[in-house]
Amino acid sequence: MSAEGKIAVDAIRKSFTGAGGKALEVVGGISLAVADGEFLAIVGPSGCGKSTLMNMLAGFEQPDGGSVRIDGRVVGAPSPKGIVISQQGSVFPWLTVQQNLMFGLNGTEHAETARERAALADHYAAMVGLKGFENAYPHELSGGMLKRVELARALIVKPEILYLDEPFSALDALMNLRMRNELLRILAEERHTVLLITHDVEEAIYMADRIVVLSPRPTTIQATFAVDLPHPRRIGSPQAQALRETILAELGV
Amino acid sequence: MEEDEGMTARTTRWDGWPARVIPPVLVIAAIVALWWWLVARDDSAIFPTPWAVVTGAWELVQDGTLFEHIGASLMRVGTGFGLALLVAIPLGLWMGWVTPAYRTLNPVFQMLRPISPIAWIPLAILWFGVGNLSPVFLIFISSVFPMIVQTVSGVHTIERRYLRAAANFGVPRGVLFRQVVIPAVLPEVIVGMRIGIGVAWLVVVAAEMIALHSGLGYLIMDSRNAGNRYDLVVASMVIIGLIGLLLDGLTRLLERLKTVRWRYVR
Repeated sequence: MSAEGKIAVDAIRKSFTGAGGKALEVVGGISLAVADGEFLAIVGPSGCGKSTLMNMLAGFEQPDGGSVRIDGRVVGAPSPKGIVISQQGSVFPWLTVQQNLMFGLNGTEHAETARERAALADHYAAMVGLKGFENAYPHELSGGMLKRVELARALIVKPEILYLDEPFSALDALMNLRMRNELLRILAEERHTVLLITHDVEEAIYMADRIVVLSPRPTTIQATFAVDLPHPRRIGSPQAQALRETILAELGV
Repeated sequence: MEEDEGMTARTTRWDGWPARVIPPVLVIAAIVALWWWLVARDDSAIFPTPWAVVTGAWELVQDGTLFEHIGASLMRVGTGFGLALLVAIPLGLWMGWVTPAYRTLNPVFQMLRPISPIAWIPLAILWFGVGNLSPVFLIFISSVFPMIVQTVSGVHTIERRYLRAAANFGVPRGVLFRQVVIPAVLPEVIVGMRIGIGVAWLVVVAAEMIALHSGLGYLIMDSRNAGNRYDLVVASMVIIGLIGLLLDGLTRLLERLKTVRWRYVR
């Protein structure tokens, strides 16, 4: 691996053509490096271009200028190396939990036979607490369980990077807290590089190694904070609260 | 899970078979009663009472001709509709997926679609004569366009997040089609099939009124021409209605497939 880390983002910018043909600059030049196995949170005001940034990192959109490299190679298209989990979710409603988990295995060489794939799917279902629901359809599951399916479907292809775009913000507050712990537990078992995009400062402090604060549109990096607190973290602790105040001040709240 | 509670609240109160069967039966009984009363009051010599219709239908059941006519009509619908399905689904998927194909073919189909299948009758007779082929062709023409349109719209309304997820996992094209595109479109195809079978049944009766010697459409015209047997005319109409109801019910059974349930449980 090169010295620049897992993900190297170099001065990327992106504009969209808005109403009346005027170019609207959304991402105004962002550079950042993410180390292998690091958990980086990106927080910013809503509408600042967080999701556009994520789309460029994951290869769904190409930057107008600058580059995104993963392991030194320029990202040109989405790939199973980095799986996106977004707020709205994308668990296929027409497939069972097990079929959903096996879906990603079609694109890789992880498991050869159907039996191996099913066994792998069951292993990951158990890991995220879905044992007994392998043959359920998504509409039979609650919102929190759907998130678990989505997480397991991503983990099963052993992605090097997880892109989490406000993954838990559609859940109720209690389930949101529960899923944070669940995610940390799984990450302790299987180390991944994680990029979390969120507008929830506490969520970022609770989970991330480092927090990047974005400015309003056209977005740039406004500040970066290392979170040097041992896990399990307590949001109520004085250090966490102090960090929260500082970050909220950066966001102008 | 709020929706689920809403569903159960709505369905438990009004769900057993009586709730689904009794009200429509009452309406039908009221219509029959009104019909009987009107015929009795006017003492019509030619318009039959409901009882005359029943005895007329029984006559046809006994001499076996009724089932021959029903069989002939269903055979024509089955053939024409089956062919239409075989053409419409692949064509609709292709047009939905490949934008140039859509741009090229959609205007043509949108132009052909509003032409009543009845308007094709003269051409059908010219091309296929007065045998079985003409009604089959008319049924094909009438049901193929709505099914193409529904399939295309099914492809166009696949939610982007699912296609993005498929792209993210980098699955081969075959898997993308088998596990994402086709199941996503299936509920829309079933809607198309319901529309298609409905117009097919409508059209077969109209088509059989012209120069054929079997089928429910023929039965209606023949009953009138052979001695003003209006009891048989009305009996045929009732049977056409009942079979239409049955065909719709059969296609609706497809909505119970496990892989399309997601579309109906929101």
